[in-house]
Amino acid sequence: MDSGPYFTTSSGLIDSIDKKLLIVLRDGRKLIGTLRSFDQFANLVLQDTIERIYVGNCYGDIPRGIFLIRGENVVLLGEVDEMKEERIGLRQLPVEDILIAQREEIELKQKLEKVRSKALHERGFCIDNSANDLY
Amino acid sequence: MLFYSFFKTLVDQRVTVELKNDLAVTGVLKSVDQYLNIKLDDITVIDQDRYPHMIAVKNCFIRGSVVRYVQLPSQAVDTALLQDAARREAQTPNPQQANVRVK
Repeated sequence: MDSGPYFTTSSGLIDSIDKKLLIVLRDGRKLIGTLRSFDQFANLVLQDTIERIYVGNCYGDIPRGIFLIRGENVVLLGEVDEMKEERIGLRQLPVEDILIAQREEIELKQKLEKVRSKALHERGFCIDNSANDLY
Repeated sequence: MLFYSFFKTLVDQRVTVELKNDLAVTGVLKSVDQYLNIKLDDITVIDQDRYPHMIAVKNCFIRGSVVRYVQLPSQAVDTALLQDAARREAQTPNPQQANVRVK
């Protein structure tokens, strides 16, 4: 199972090379692209990447080109099943629309978070958001 | 190395991995590495509606650093053996693994 002196790659991404993958990042972003390269830190090189934004049952794609992603920001990599992708059942919206929808969703979440923080604060709790990942 | 070896004994078992972002994924453990990165095949996402982006994903690689729990079938684990191994590990600490070799 060992594959060279530099890293044990039993769980290596070598099988995922040149495949179309979904990458979920710690900031909540979903990138879809072709994996061209990786290393022991799960740093990744993605080609023909699109950032897909999901809001409700709609999504929108933003073309992003080539990405080098630092491994510490990676949550998971998923192999996209092309056939399931076609039957996905979500509506695709143009970029401007999905960005507007996303902003509205974020504003709503922030309002709820404000109310929650206030309620907790009144009861003596303190929330430190900087320690939380946004995904 | 202990849990790396432990997970290697669980390959081909159905496990549920819960991530630090509360996403929980059930799948067949296909492989694990020294960082406890996990590869799962034939996955089902628990609470699929919250994670529409995972609909088309059948296999995934999960970075070890984002795992909160791995839920295992209890019959797959020999707890006595595991306890024994842990005790031995605690008594004779292994020298730290070198991740980089110098030429």
